Amino acid sequence: MSGTKDMIKVEGLTMRYGDYTVMKSLDFNVRRGEVKVIMGGSGCGKSTLLKHLIGLERAAAGRITYGDDVFDPDGPSGEAIRRRFGVLFQGGALWSSMSVAENVALPLEEYTDLKPAEIREIVEFKLALVGLGGFGHRYPSELSGGMRKRAGLARAIALDPEILFFDEPSAGLDPLSSRRLDDLILELRDALGATVVVVTHELASIFAIADRALFLDVDTKTALCDANPHDLIDDPAVDVKVRQFLKRGETVSNVND
Amino acid sequence: MATNEAIQAGLSARGDGSALVLTFSGSWILESDRPLARDFLQTKHDASSFEALHFEVDQLATWDTALLIFVRDACAWAEAAGIKYRFGDLPEGVRNMIRLSQAVPEMKHREQPEPPDFFTQVGEDAIRSYHGMDGYFSFIGQLTIDLFAFLRGKAQLRWKDFLFLLQSTGPKALLIVSLLSFLTGLIIAFIGVIQLQKFAADIYVADLVGLAVTRELGAVMAGVIMAGRTGAAFAAQIGSMQVNEEVDALTSFGISPMQFLVAPRVLALVLMMPLLCACADFVAILGGMVVAVAISDVSFVQYFNQVEQAVGLNDLLAGIFKSGVFGLIIAVAGCYRGLNCGRDATAVGQAATSAVVTSITWIVIADAIFAVSFHILGI
Repeated sequence: MSGTKDMIKVEGLTMRYGDYTVMKSLDFNVRRGEVKVIMGGSGCGKSTLLKHLIGLERAAAGRITYGDDVFDPDGPSGEAIRRRFGVLFQGGALWSSMSVAENVALPLEEYTDLKPAEIREIVEFKLALVGLGGFGHRYPSELSGGMRKRAGLARAIALDPEILFFDEPSAGLDPLSSRRLDDLILELRDALGATVVVVTHELASIFAIADRALFLDVDTKTALCDANPHDLIDDPAVDVKVRQFLKRGETVSNVND
Repeated sequence: MATNEAIQAGLSARGDGSALVLTFSGSWILESDRPLARDFLQTKHDASSFEALHFEVDQLATWDTALLIFVRDACAWAEAAGIKYRFGDLPEGVRNMIRLSQAVPEMKHREQPEPPDFFTQVGEDAIRSYHGMDGYFSFIGQLTIDLFAFLRGKAQLRWKDFLFLLQSTGPKALLIVSLLSFLTGLIIAFIGVIQLQKFAADIYVADLVGLAVTRELGAVMAGVIMAGRTGAAFAAQIGSMQVNEEVDALTSFGISPMQFLVAPRVLALVLMMPLLCACADFVAILGGMVVAVAISDVSFVQYFNQVEQAVGLNDLLAGIFKSGVFGLIIAVAGCYRGLNCGRDATAVGQAATSAVVTSITWIVIADAIFAVSFHILGI
């Protein structure tokens, strides 16, 4: 890989469902090794943006670049880029017909030539990393919501990805589990040296993990700001909407008032 | 009765200078008999003669949502007529609730576009089904590529899953297919024997059962049963994986759902259907025999000799070949509907339903095409 600082670069991305425009002309970048949070109110298109980034939806316009390679989900290079990331879906999205261990093992079986014994060891290790050691034989339906997410995380990191995507990691988790997951994200980032993109609206998570946060605004259909949330919250130059979001709607002083 | 009086809602109105005063009394709860705001205000009072709307609640015993919706409607009426209203006199709970309901302005819906006329609708439907065909064709094209990859051993799949699919589409379906085929043979033989006895030609029931079952009914029965049993299951399985983002998870790992989910299912069913069909043929002929031996003079040996004479290898193979094609139809319809399933529980149900309907329709159409082409080819 070349030495460019940007891991992901999004230029002029317009997302559309049929006639409905979700976001238009988005420009932003994700630096190598940072934790980037995509935030915004419900229904603003956060998850849609994530689906575009991982190639599940096709952009109406604009392009997404990973390192130096333009990401074309349908093209031959798309596969190679896909292999560089791991995704944790909202509900974990474990394959329900397979046990947890088989879930984590599948990417390894598909993309490596490791022997079954080695794969078994790796799987046990990855499950231990997310605190699910000894749960490998269980099926997804036998796990709680939080455990499913952690199992999904173990699967996402099975191939030691360069980029980790999280779709609402703390949704449906109690505050403690959510906190543990946040810590886990940061530890994994440090351990794997990975770049992390998180879609969330949980304020506690945003402040705990974000290096930079991108705020998607449903009214203007654009990103309003892209900076560290701690800097955003008291900066009068920042759009009121963003500061209100970060302060749970408490009144914010506005220079224009 | 005291209990009845307790749930009486009272309302009276009087003019107090330029203000209209509404006096509430009794119990304003949902169970009580109470006037509607719009009827009460519109029929009895001319809005233009007042400048303000006041409320009095001194005699009000209990209240719930019933009072709230009345007050809300009354306020709306007052606003429409340009009258000021004051709910300072209302109980505090009522005031707070009304204020809360007005905190966020009601969403103004855009005007619904006129429903398109008949011709526009037909045209749009035609265009939509044309694009739907597009989807089908590219699905079948991709499937062909992936099946070749599978046959060359390059497909991404787990053999364990494939064996499991073979088991669930083959041996596990054997019992139901056998049972229904046995009964079908029984029924045909029964109708046949009764008619043929009129001509003292009982023995030809063997020809009737043998040919009908091997050429047509064995394959069609197996097809219809498997469409209901396995086609629906494929659509529902893949559909709920779609709902659960499991298909997205496969794609995000660069694993093609087509190779991983669809190709093994199609192959399993195409392999198992001919076996099921052969079994169905045999069991149905056996069913025919039971009737022939029981209610006519035909003996066990005569029946089998006659079947052997009447049914050629071609008849048997034609039926078995057809069943393979039916298997393909069922699996493709089931998987296609599953992969194109929406993202909620209703969509999974629809996917399963339309998988069954599509596959049975196409089984019958394909059978008709086979009947004509086998006739032309002289098979």
